[in-house]
Amino acid sequence: MSKTITIDGLTVPFREGQTIMDAALSAGVYIPHLCHNPEFKPHGSCKLCTVNVNGRNVASCTLPAVEGQQVLSDIAELNAERLALTQMLFVEGNHLCPACEKSGNCQLQAVAYYLGMMSPHYNHFYPQREADASHPDVMLDRNRCIYCELCVRASREVDGKNVFGLSGRGIKTILAVNSASGLLGDTDLAVTDKAVQVCPTGAILVKRRGFTVPIGQRVFDHLTIKDLQTGGGHE
Amino acid sequence: MQQFEFSDISRMLTPIFARHDVDASRLLQVLLEVQDACHFIPSEAIDQIAAHFDVPRVNVEGVAGFYSFLSTRPVGEYRILFSDNITDQMLGKDELMLYLCNKLWVEPGKVSEDGLVSVASTSCTGLCDQGPAALVNGWPLTNLDRNRLDLIAELIRSRKPVADWPPMLFEVADNIRRSDVLLGQPFEPGAAMRATLARGAKETLAEVDKSNLRGRGGAGFKTASKWSFCHAAIVEEEGSMICDVGGHPERYIVCNADEGEPGTFKDRVLLNSYADLVFEGMTVGARVVGASKGFLYLRGEYRYLLKQLESVLQKRREAGLLGDAILGRADFSFDIEIHLGAGAYICGEESALIESLEGRRGRPRNRPPFPVTHGYKGRPTVVDNVETFACVAKIAERGGAWFAAMGTAQSTGTKLLSISGDCATPGIYEYPFGVTVRQILADCGAREPYAVQVSGPSGTLISWKEFDRRIAFEDLPTAGAFMVFQRKRDMFQTARNFVHFFAHESCGFCTPCRVGTELQKKIMDKIASGHGTASDLEEMKSLGHILKTMSHCGLGSSAANPVLDTLEKFPDVYVRKLKALAFEPAFDLDGALETARKMTGRDDDWAHL
Ligand SMILES: Cc1cc2nc3c(=O)[nH]c(=O)nc-3n(C[C@H](O)[C@H](O)[C@H](O)COP(=O)(O)O)c2cc1C
Ligand code: SF4
Ligand code: SF4
Ligand code: FES
Repeated sequence: MSKTITIDGLTVPFREGQTIMDAALSAGVYIPHLCHNPEFKPHGSCKLCTVNVNGRNVASCTLPAVEGQQVLSDIAELNAERLALTQMLFVEGNHLCPACEKSGNCQLQAVAYYLGMMSPHYNHFYPQREADASHPDVMLDRNRCIYCELCVRASREVDGKNVFGLSGRGIKTILAVNSASGLLGDTDLAVTDKAVQVCPTGAILVKRRGFTVPIGQRVFDHLTIKDLQTGGGHE
Repeated sequence: MQQFEFSDISRMLTPIFARHDVDASRLLQVLLEVQDACHFIPSEAIDQIAAHFDVPRVNVEGVAGFYSFLSTRPVGEYRILFSDNITDQMLGKDELMLYLCNKLWVEPGKVSEDGLVSVASTSCTGLCDQGPAALVNGWPLTNLDRNRLDLIAELIRSRKPVADWPPMLFEVADNIRRSDVLLGQPFEPGAAMRATLARGAKETLAEVDKSNLRGRGGAGFKTASKWSFCHAAIVEEEGSMICDVGGHPERYIVCNADEGEPGTFKDRVLLNSYADLVFEGMTVGARVVGASKGFLYLRGEYRYLLKQLESVLQKRREAGLLGDAILGRADFSFDIEIHLGAGAYICGEESALIESLEGRRGRPRNRPPFPVTHGYKGRPTVVDNVETFACVAKIAERGGAWFAAMGTAQSTGTKLLSISGDCATPGIYEYPFGVTVRQILADCGAREPYAVQVSGPSGTLISWKEFDRRIAFEDLPTAGAFMVFQRKRDMFQTARNFVHFFAHESCGFCTPCRVGTELQKKIMDKIASGHGTASDLEEMKSLGHILKTMSHCGLGSSAANPVLDTLEKFPDVYVRKLKALAFEPAFDLDGALETARKMTGRDDDWAHL
């Protein structure tokens, strides 16, 4: 007999060891998320996936599912807070969507659409962050980094390289790369690395691929992020 | 920037490496020594340290970039860090820091051109009872005033090594003002261990249970429950009881001496004058859960205590109270290692502390699993506060019932309070739980008390209307800080100071806290500069809600307390500062022209908007 939890009243089965997010995604239930990618060990930093379990807020991507949990996710209060977190991610960096190659394929942008973000709400921080074009095939634009550490995890766990890591602290956190010069070009990153493929935003881009898919024909021009991440768009 | 040759760096690193095991858990300790030797962490050193420990360079850089006392750019040969707690500010810290900067021709936060000196602020150094305080190359300077700063400036200009400065500059007093069973009664090293061994480990756990002791680090978790969870973890894993067995190499006892909560300094006093009691409590814990290794995580600010603590450990080893076969029991080995922090409040959070012990950035882990089952190096680990261990030693010696007879029903025993701010006799006060705020204020000679920050910025602000409340988990729980404010104090500035503290100390891992604490700071600064509006107050309430409900750890979830408490209890202090406008742009157009005005030397009407 399989164990179950409920998410917004819907009964959802889970296997031992699955998180609430795993169970939700397997059942086609969308919980907004950015730092989570089912291919990697859960991280728990963006907090967009926060749900309410038996009265307490928790990150669904890291909390193990336990028989009988009553999970609230798609409710007004949580969606408002997720929207606020998304707005925070926008204002702490420099996200100029119209000028970004990732526009239309960007998960940050797609989540913002999904949550109905109409304005950044908070005042922009306009931080000074460095872009790095030193690598022959890959562009790193820290202005768009949301510190999800997917590139860090991918490089470490899949590529076996440790090209990326975080340094600094608090709002001064920065994405660092594994070279004495601090330049991506001096690391052993290859364009075929998993780390290059996983960035949910436009912080890591493959060079010379600018606008090969025109605006209007990109992933999120057809699908909502919910459809994409739960497979719903294909039905 | 100073240039270092590869060979210079090697020569500098060789003896440092020799002092530490080749285990990545020593990384932070090595970086601290490099910082001392070079006044920063040179890029070449990062390369060599990474190679030595066989960890990626980017990880070493990540650690170097995380801790406030490490820097990847040179700081002054004399690095002066003024403690920036509100109590230091109330004693004139800002003005004194500028005074010293002027004397030394250096800008706050910068390094002098000759690289000789840098002056900056740092989070509370735990010397609030003898502030304004500062650290010079890690050594505490107390009771600062202009006279002392004149002398200090002179010592720096004449390049006198800090070790040769007059000792009176570095005097740190215990200031114990009221003692009870912990501080007031003599303790003979070994007494608690003898009682524990005679009674048995299981029975000792039962005594701790009976005592109803709750953790003194803030959360108030019942100590015996925590220990038995750690114990249960072992039982599950090995299918056997470990009590009375001991000697398992892979279980850990950690004493949390990070004491970073602004306004808290009681652990400093326990470690300075009652170290035996603390170490003995750890040893009792080790016997109960079956640990053979313990750590004292000592905040970097208390590095000056390191040497004397090491010598207490050594004496205990010689007395057979630590090391192999403790008190002649072949089945009981336990030793304690001291790890230094390096300026990061978040490392007081137990899972961040463990990350830091392992030589990494102090980032709180995802829970579950909890440290009691998966702690240091993935092994069951008990993390308890310094004072908790001191209580444990007393309980092991005198029994749980004796302890439980003191205090209140849910808060047994006594509590050490670190009292500072507007009072005649700041210092350490030990009270049985249940004492009223009013009583404490009378005892410490508070002058026209108006408000008290109980348990530091992450705790509770109470107003004069609440002085009959009691220090107890049932009413006002506290990790020990007790900062007194008199009527003339601006409670807005207090809240603003705390908001800056949290923004500075946020580890940056999770969105709500990384960005939310910075947003709070920006709004409080906007209000302070006279540009605040009513909508800013609403914004802070909603930010407060997000911080409380969405944050990854206790830092973020308590980071809004100072704002929410002042808004509730002292709303006038905000209203007085607000503009009568519904909206005031955060961007000050005229202010933005200031640089241009300076460059052109103009200040006429046309140069203003
Ligand atoms: C941001 C933060 C800072 C903390 N700082 C300390 C500290 O300096 N000392 C301490 O004992 N506990 C601190 N704690 C609490 C610890 O996580 C933990 O609960 C405590 O060490 C457990 O010991 P106890 O049960 O003896 O209180 C802190 C918690 C948080 C969230
Ligand atoms: S570069 Fe991209 S993948 Fe890497 S941490 Fe930043 S946002 Fe995440
Ligand atoms: S709440 Fe703050 S300190 Fe805690 S994990 Fe999040 S960013 Fe770090
Ligand atoms: S998806 Fe769970 S915290 Fe980011």
